[in-house]
Amino acid sequence: MSELASLRVERAGPLALLQDAGRFGVRRLGVTQGGPVDLHAWAWANRLAGNPWGAAALEITLGGLTLVARRDAWLALAGADLGATLDGEPLPPWRRFRLGAGQRLAFATPQAGLRAYLAVAGGFNAEPELGSLACVVREGLGGHRGQGRALAAGDALAFRPGGPAEGPAEAPLAVRPDYRAEPRLALIPGAQIAAFRGSSLFAAFHHPWRVDARADRMGVRLTGPRLECAIDSLVSEGIGLGAVQVPPDGQPIVLLNDRQTIGGYPRLGSLTPLACARLAQCQPGQRLWLRPQGREAAQAEFVRWRREFE
Amino acid sequence: MNRPNPRLESAGLDGWLVRLFDEIDEANLAWLEALMAACEARLGESLIDLVPSYTTLLVCFDPLRLEGGEARRRLLAILAELRPRENDAESAPLKTLPVWYDEAVGPELVRLAEGFDGDIAAVVRAHTQAEYRVFALGFAPGFAFMGGLPASLEAPRLATPRRRVPAGSVAVAGRQTAAYPTASPGGWNLLGRTPVTLFDRQREHPSLLAVGDRVRFEAVDRETFIELGGDPTLMAEEGA
Repeated sequence: MSELASLRVERAGPLALLQDAGRFGVRRLGVTQGGPVDLHAWAWANRLAGNPWGAAALEITLGGLTLVARRDAWLALAGADLGATLDGEPLPPWRRFRLGAGQRLAFATPQAGLRAYLAVAGGFNAEPELGSLACVVREGLGGHRGQGRALAAGDALAFRPGGPAEGPAEAPLAVRPDYRAEPRLALIPGAQIAAFRGSSLFAAFHHPWRVDARADRMGVRLTGPRLECAIDSLVSEGIGLGAVQVPPDGQPIVLLNDRQTIGGYPRLGSLTPLACARLAQCQPGQRLWLRPQGREAAQAEFVRWRREFE
Repeated sequence: MNRPNPRLESAGLDGWLVRLFDEIDEANLAWLEALMAACEARLGESLIDLVPSYTTLLVCFDPLRLEGGEARRRLLAILAELRPRENDAESAPLKTLPVWYDEAVGPELVRLAEGFDGDIAAVVRAHTQAEYRVFALGFAPGFAFMGGLPASLEAPRLATPRRRVPAGSVAVAGRQTAAYPTASPGGWNLLGRTPVTLFDRQREHPSLLAVGDRVRFEAVDRETFIELGGDPTLMAEEGA
């Protein structure tokens, strides 16, 4: 293991999790997908660090984390501005930087957005569980120490030193979302949409929604007009990423990476993966809009985005 | 005979939900299993995940390899030729779970016994005499929803779910039975506890139970339960 270097966790903050692209092929066993809730920022952190698609990066929710380098390392930060500093100097996201041995990288609190992604050139190293490093606390799977454990003070985060990476050192401005702006999230209609009352469908796409405080990696509840559906509940069926389920109280829940694999509430359709990514950066109380998007257009847009990281 | 009435529903840009049936029925399994096998054979590397449930199969594909319209056409072609798996019930693996049925670990035994003149042994007999099929996995890794529960054991979920149900707890709700692979919150009626490890990520097949399996429960006493590795911590000590 001598070739491995590490970052020491001095302070863990509320929630910091190692995430690769996710755990696939095991949902039939009831095992969820996991992976970064903001796929966009996670992918950019890896790209700026010079890593291939799928490398594990750290998902830092709400800040509060302090890391100290034991050896020089090239890192990249993308996503929310969590008030990061490098030895006390402000460190804005969406760029690559060097952390010298003994230097301290500290995250304060969210200035905009909720989650930042920290990638290291060479990639964080850990033992995969069920084929993935994706850390799912509820299932006790994945993460830097396995068994779904979040970062804790005193932990060491192992990585294979690489870099300085090739490729862009900064993300173009066009790919950095303004997390304070009201997002318009693309929803692919489907599932039980025909069972919703016409006025509810109109309301879903013409009234603003607010992100509720009940939001985590499993799902995000939205509050707004009450959506009425002729169906109360269904026989449980498989639910995909971004599924917008509507329980009898008429307030939708968007299901994210750590969702249960099957569920029985009627659904309006699914947010696209990039809309999920944007939603994952919304603080409670944030206003947003839903907009319908055709499946084909959504796939074309996603494939274009994804090819950037090949 | 139970004939499927397949419909394809959009499940986002990388998924189609194949709705085969409207009602829960054991006979659905032969069709669902045949459909899963066909998807694996015909979608190949484009296939990301399959999530079978009582009446449906969610098919998730790689949007970089397969265009959604093409995925739909391939699924329709599969469905046009679909035949149920033959001798499905007979060829399904049979798995037996030992259970220590006792009020100390199965607090709802008493309530279920109300339908049997208070005879707890009759509840245990009813639960162990039936053969079950796994209809779906979900809720938690390795949590198997099993159909085939005798009507006499039908019971609604608890009005207030427990904050913590111990691992191995064997339970019933509605017309189904299940065993909790790990400690978790839960609202099912607890009858007892199995010492068997239902989910272990180190195993080649992490989940002991799979969709389609036949399952029987076998009553064992406390000593056997402990010998088999069971944790006899009582509900009262759990604080549940």
